[in-house]
Amino acid sequence: MAKVLRWDVMVGVLLVAVFAGGSFTSPGFATIGNLSFALGDLGEIALIALTMTMLVVAAEVDLSVASVLGLSSALVGALWDGGMAIETIIPLVVLVGALCGLVNGLLVTKLGLPSLAVTIGTLALYRGLAYVVLGDKAVAQFPREFTALAVDDVPGTFIPYPVALFVLLAVVVAIVLHATGFGRSLFAIGAQEQAAFFAGIRVKRIKLLLFVLSGTVAAFAGVVFTLRYGSARADNGMGIELAVIAAVLLGGVDFDGGKGTLGGVIAGVLLIGLLRNLLMLNDVSTEIQSIVTGLLLIISVLTPRLITALKPALSRRRTSTDQVGPESALKGSP
Amino acid sequence: MRSIRMVTLTALLALGVAACGGGTTKDTVSSASPAAPASSAAAKADPNAPIKEGLKLAFLPKQINNPYETIVDKAGIEAAAEFKGEAKEVGPSDASASSQISYINTLTQQGHDAILIAANDANAVCGPLQEARAKGIKIVSYDSDAAPECRDIFINQASSEEVGRSQVKLLADMIGSKGEIAILSATANATNQNTWIEFMKDELGKPEYKDMKLVKVAYGDDDDQKSFTETQGLLQAYPDLKGIISPTTVGISAAARYISGSKYKGKVVLTGLGTPNQMRQFVKDKTVEKFALWNPKDLGYLASFAAAALASGQITGAEGETLKAGKLGERTIGAKGEIILGPPFTFEASNIDEFDF
Repeated sequence: MAKVLRWDVMVGVLLVAVFAGGSFTSPGFATIGNLSFALGDLGEIALIALTMTMLVVAAEVDLSVASVLGLSSALVGALWDGGMAIETIIPLVVLVGALCGLVNGLLVTKLGLPSLAVTIGTLALYRGLAYVVLGDKAVAQFPREFTALAVDDVPGTFIPYPVALFVLLAVVVAIVLHATGFGRSLFAIGAQEQAAFFAGIRVKRIKLLLFVLSGTVAAFAGVVFTLRYGSARADNGMGIELAVIAAVLLGGVDFDGGKGTLGGVIAGVLLIGLLRNLLMLNDVSTEIQSIVTGLLLIISVLTPRLITALKPALSRRRTSTDQVGPESALKGSP
Repeated sequence: MRSIRMVTLTALLALGVAACGGGTTKDTVSSASPAAPASSAAAKADPNAPIKEGLKLAFLPKQINNPYETIVDKAGIEAAAEFKGEAKEVGPSDASASSQISYINTLTQQGHDAILIAANDANAVCGPLQEARAKGIKIVSYDSDAAPECRDIFINQASSEEVGRSQVKLLADMIGSKGEIAILSATANATNQNTWIEFMKDELGKPEYKDMKLVKVAYGDDDDQKSFTETQGLLQAYPDLKGIISPTTVGISAAARYISGSKYKGKVVLTGLGTPNQMRQFVKDKTVEKFALWNPKDLGYLASFAAAALASGQITGAEGETLKAGKLGERTIGAKGEIILGPPFTFEASNIDEFDF
């Protein structure tokens, strides 16, 4: 019973339902070409969602990811245009992403600022830097061997390379998050930072690492994005931080931290992507598409809370002497 | 702190390794690169082929709910009825480079005969368009071109040369080809603006304009407030100014707003490229007599006919072929598959109310 009520499981069920429904109603949906495209189109969002999941589990958030992606894209363009080798550009740009993440992390951990505020600031800052780097130019003509890596499918499958990379990384993150001490400490930090600190978890260092990772992955996603579209621009990826966070929340990760599964997030990413694809195939207008995604997001945040609110009420009816649960008592303390 | 040092070190190492490995630079690939062209060139045009009935066309504008693009697409959709085809408009809500990609994919899956696109980014749309063409879908770009190897035909709203020269003629007519003039442009590095301005300068070099003198090119950055202040600055700095050309919709409306409320109204002639809705009040209050822009309805109409002709095999997009475009008559396909809509359309008090965009 409790298992079925878990939101991440419900998202998985919903995903299967959308897929099955789509296959029956829309002839163009369950084709290799379409699925390969739909998956590839989710590549960057899925990659960034991995690190975002860890951050949100630890009760932090990084809103600057899309701007780091844009800055990375602008840098790729400017350096490529300047004649630098792409093999040098990619690690360099990823390093810049790590620095961006480091700045976020230091502002949060050293100065104790809330990450929501810090990363709203750097969201504007990094996007601004992207425009400084490339202006409103677009740089194209990247080498085919490299754009192929971002577009083509792994031979013999319909999985594009970036998605294959995502699958590998997802396995790593799933193991780290759900089967190691480090992963458990993220949940501990998210549930009760003070308690985690007193339990000997190096809260600040871990958070700093998470932000650096987030910037690194976002910058790498910027490289993928640039090569996939074959066009480097400062406005690339504008606004995808919202898609990432939507997928994370839809996947059942608690925005207050401490709860969530990576499986849920992956189901969330796929659900948003496939639903959008399906709506488009049926000529549903953009406005309705965003209304559907928005409603889905609200439901996903609301439902788990309703469930938790209902659970004690249900059990209280059985044992009327029950006190306030230990969890809510803990949440009240600083 | 140890973790930071680790991260930096690893990154630097990776960088070093990569830098040593030689590498692929712009110069090493530029000779070999351009994407394999589609094989459509092999097909032969049959000018006498009838337009097929029931053709399915899809308009993919830069973004939906943009009044200008809505007019273009609506006219194109209506045109499709003339040749018994069906057409629709789909598109993203934002005009970012990447947002059209998933729509191209969707239209490809749905199996249309032609996609008509106003590309947000000439190169970003290229890959998916190539995939569509591989499935036999014809691609017409309009308003804003995609990379030429990724589409069959581009409907150019007006040639840059014609825009530039006609703007000078328009102003010269109104000021008797005499006096100081200025240009209020968008940003200093806007490609289309600069091309037009070059042609304006060239036109001004002709003997009939020897009494007209370009004193300044000002930049309003396509920002309403900045364009407003720049206009003010121009008029103060050059008290003898007779005319201003502002070949940008933001610039001309800001300039008109300033002039209509100033002592310069009726003394300085303003013209340029503007939209009827922005300019209507200034034409009615006589701040502006004439301004130009292409007719967006004709643009959509022509694009629709080009798509139908391509899908029916009447044309292939090769230079020199003739497109029969219904009420607009015939157009010849130019170099790189370009068709020019025609000279810019002049809006004035007598016709402005026929347009709503």
